Amino acid sequence: MKLTKLLTSAALAAGLATGAMADTTKVGFVYVGPVGDGGWTYEHDQGRKAVVEAFGDKVETTYVENVPEGADAERVITQMALQGTDLIFTTSFGYMDPTINVAKKFPNVKFEHATGYKQADNVSVYSARFYEGRAVQGHIAGHMTKSNVIGYIASFPIPEVIRGINSAYIHAKKVNPDVQFKIIWAYTWFDPAKEADAAKALIEQGADVILQHTDSTAPQAAAQAAGNVITFGQASDMGEYAPFPRVSSIIDNWAPYYVARTKAVMDGTWESVSTWDGIGAGMVGIGEISDAVPADVKASAEALRDSLADGSYHAFTGPLNKQDGTPWLAEGETAQDYGDDGLAGLGFYVEGIEGDVPQ
Amino acid sequence: MDLSAINPVLLIASLMVAATPLLLAAIGELVVERAGVLNLGVEGMMIVGAISGFAISVETGSPMVGLVAAMIGGALLSLLFAFLTQFALANQVASGLALTLFGLGLSALMGQSYVGIKPPTMAKLDIPVISDIPVIGPILFSHDPVLYIGVALCAVVWAVLKYSRVGLVLRAVGENHDAAHALGYNVVRVRVLAILFGGACAGLGGAYISLIRVPQWTEGMTAGIGWIALALVVFASWKPWRVLLGAYLFGGINVLQLNLQAAGIAIPVEYLAMSPYLITILVLVIMSADKSRAPASLGRIFHASG
Repeated sequence: MKLTKLLTSAALAAGLATGAMADTTKVGFVYVGPVGDGGWTYEHDQGRKAVVEAFGDKVETTYVENVPEGADAERVITQMALQGTDLIFTTSFGYMDPTINVAKKFPNVKFEHATGYKQADNVSVYSARFYEGRAVQGHIAGHMTKSNVIGYIASFPIPEVIRGINSAYIHAKKVNPDVQFKIIWAYTWFDPAKEADAAKALIEQGADVILQHTDSTAPQAAAQAAGNVITFGQASDMGEYAPFPRVSSIIDNWAPYYVARTKAVMDGTWESVSTWDGIGAGMVGIGEISDAVPADVKASAEALRDSLADGSYHAFTGPLNKQDGTPWLAEGETAQDYGDDGLAGLGFYVEGIEGDVPQ
Repeated sequence: MDLSAINPVLLIASLMVAATPLLLAAIGELVVERAGVLNLGVEGMMIVGAISGFAISVETGSPMVGLVAAMIGGALLSLLFAFLTQFALANQVASGLALTLFGLGLSALMGQSYVGIKPPTMAKLDIPVISDIPVIGPILFSHDPVLYIGVALCAVVWAVLKYSRVGLVLRAVGENHDAAHALGYNVVRVRVLAILFGGACAGLGGAYISLIRVPQWTEGMTAGIGWIALALVVFASWKPWRVLLGAYLFGGINVLQLNLQAAGIAIPVEYLAMSPYLITILVLVIMSADKSRAPASLGRIFHASG
């Protein structure tokens, strides 16, 4: 009897609470991993917290973590839309089609999809030019490697990941012509055990630099155990592994974007846009380059970072050939964002990388 | 392609490490299912074991104490399942699923302050001379103790189930709980003990990931190994040696395919990525073409009145 009473009053209280917050803006986030992954999802959640901090009681944020890409995502996004969420951020490439599908059914709800390329009247797309950060990583990696073997833990064969591999390779090769890339496709964004195994396999095959495009810190731990291998933080600083093995990092900074977009919904000025910012706009940060890197390499890496930031240098500047030897970019030409062979849909390796892009 | 880049000795050594969490969880679940209980909560018990072991070994500085704590953690969680299914007579499938969800949430909560911390390292077996023998040394005599415990546990479970009175009672309960009850055996007690054993094994398997294989704490780090362990028990036809074979096959092919990718072998990556699942299932299905079948009372609720 007592329990029933308790439950009833709890339900009542919950009902009252939602009623009182009718004029708040509801913002929802769909995450591919757990907020504690220390990488990709962690940084999106930092962005969510920034929204809460900026608007206080005026916003109500919700998030669902560990949402598999595909049909499950569609269910979760639909559920969020049904609950009266005003703005929904779907934060992984694989949520692209689910987001578009749900957006069709809820024309009054605003959607923001990260790293995809399908836009609609109520779906914005946003991404960061991570490849600019990869250029800096490749530069440091090329200088630091002694075995000339650089291991790369890739996640899924999508343009974002392929851009990163190309950018890192181009800039490693530029400072070290003997460099060789060994690439493992893990087919996961987050699986610490598998990421650790992949890192170990690369290290056992002679890699002394590990780059990762997966979200957990497991490869960092594997490199640390090996002792003489350097790594870079991915998506988040992963500073707990600094100064060695983690010598620098790419940090995603979503907070300003999330705050601005939430503000736009509150003001009624939200419209569908396509945002693709890099180091210059602050969406991609380069984590501190640690003392394990020699001073001259650190200085040249920072110079590269600054030239990418102010736009005086583009990470994909010709002459560059595709893997099969056909020309891609002529001398001095920079890659287009869109169109044939544009960066947005990049699906090939540049010349010099061994192996095939999985189709 | 450069196959010479793969060092077979290191490969075999690391496949044994990759297989161990799966083996531990699966051998525990095998005992549970042979007692007629289907516990789908393996994933939840593993992850709770992973964080319990991690937290305690960080606090005490001893990995061994951590591993014991992981077994206790996993067993405690399984006690909840035992209570629901054996005393409250709840549906086993639903209770097991709930246990996994609960375990994932609970572990995330417990692990809040342990993200980014490095655990004390587990000393590897280092027998002078023997561990230094080329080839055999690194493969057989230079692992952490838990790996040997996993293999030994498999042998013990096999022997107990096949030759001992305890094993006979356990199997009787799993095959026909009414008959076992009529003979005077305490069905509920046998099952609760089996569930506790399964929980402890899953917990140990989870801690193996967080303390030895990775080693660090990250939310959701078991990433589905518990489910693979469940499938493995079925495909292994509830036989301990086949579980061992399956776990080593799965772990081995997983490590092997990563190595093949790194070596740049000319097999499309998609096939390599699916190969561990495919080959493990194929081998075990072919092997189970004999008369083996599931315990007859598997998943059925027992009540003394019925």
